[in-house]
Amino acid sequence: MIEVRDLHKRFGGLEALRGVTMHIERGEVVVVIGPSGSGKSTLLRCVNRLETPDGGEVIVDGRSVNDRHTDVNALRKDIGVVFQSFNLFPHLTVLRNLTLAPMRVRKLDRATAEERARKLLVKVGIPEKAEARPTQLSGGQQQRVAIARALCMEPKIMLFDEPTSALDPEMIKEVLDVMKALAKDGMTMMVVSHEMGFAREVADRVIFMDQGEIVEQARPERFFQHPEQERTKRFLQTILHH
Amino acid sequence: MGFPVFDENAHLFGQGYLTTVVLSAGALALSLVIGTVVASARVWGGPIVQSFSRAYVEFFRNTPLLVQLLFIAVLLAPRNLNVTREPIVAALIGLSIYTGAYVTEVVRSGILSVDPRQIEAARSLGLSQVEALRFVVLPQAVRTVIPPLGNLSIALVKNTAIASGIAATELLKVAGIIESRTGLFTPYIAVLVAYWTLTLPLAWVVSRLERRLAFAR
Repeated sequence: MIEVRDLHKRFGGLEALRGVTMHIERGEVVVVIGPSGSGKSTLLRCVNRLETPDGGEVIVDGRSVNDRHTDVNALRKDIGVVFQSFNLFPHLTVLRNLTLAPMRVRKLDRATAEERARKLLVKVGIPEKAEARPTQLSGGQQQRVAIARALCMEPKIMLFDEPTSALDPEMIKEVLDVMKALAKDGMTMMVVSHEMGFAREVADRVIFMDQGEIVEQARPERFFQHPEQERTKRFLQTILHH
Repeated sequence: MGFPVFDENAHLFGQGYLTTVVLSAGALALSLVIGTVVASARVWGGPIVQSFSRAYVEFFRNTPLLVQLLFIAVLLAPRNLNVTREPIVAALIGLSIYTGAYVTEVVRSGILSVDPRQIEAARSLGLSQVEALRFVVLPQAVRTVIPPLGNLSIALVKNTAIASGIAATELLKVAGIIESRTGLFTPYIAVLVAYWTLTLPLAWVVSRLERRLAFAR
């Protein structure tokens, strides 16, 4: 579903990605962890061309992401993204946030789009907020709306870029629960996160990145109990014993 | 009627008033279109488009409106004359282009006030750049540009008086004609009042709009 080959990206003097190769299968949930500045968010953003790599290739659902002939808007229809800072549209109601893209991009009529949107709001547990403005919601509610907004396009893949990092601790669970339900439904997911509990419980595979490289990847039980690389061991120690 | 002169003057004054209204409304509409398009080009266009829009703003913002109007009046002149027969058209064009330069700067700052992550979110949903601007960025920019646009539109109404300099028969020109006929100063007092009847309601509408579009970030 997602195929990344020898990806390179630099920002000025900083090498964010130094030859990353990985793949994600259909229906697979992959959690990418690593210290800040390790390149994990950059990697995620390359998957739907929010960043353009300097070298290497990304292929999503058989389409080369950075090929000149690839219609980036058509590609992005099938890739949902959830951001750390939610990025809901503050001038629109929750319902309009959900229906904007399906109506404009998928050309759904208003009734169909709204029906789909309301179902998704039920799914993420806030059907009563359809007419609210994003700013009237708590962080956890906003992030659940953001997930519903992405799902409203019926994507084949969902990318999560540190979805719980901007949340108060008591709101993290409600967002993770929605993500778990999504994983159980068979969604292909790439999650950049610091939530080790989520990784342990939901991930099919955990990828550990450091300094722009993939250091190690394994099934979660193996990854957390028997990490092979020194760098992985040190990282796990710092985050598990703080 | 016993006062044919008064009747005629009142009629002339009414026409001048109407011309000022048409000039103001027309130039406002046109300058909003110009300003939005040029500001969008300035923010999102390629380097060549960007330098053109910058040149437009700097040129028209930094020369006097009266001089611009004179140039346009000459440019629109028919072959056998050296100045246009349609000074109102020249005034409409000139006021639109001149005000458009200011609108461009206001809209540009409005666009820049919108968090760039909003565009990222919109593009990630598959919206094109133009759709992202139209449905996500511009509606949010509108909120921040309403107060400065209000100031600009009031300035525009007052600037229509400069069109008297190219013989467009708007309020001020008409008052001058009546004064020369009657020798009275009163037409100018009427002119002041007439401008107030336009600018004060405009200020009120702007503050209403401002309140209606206000929403928390």
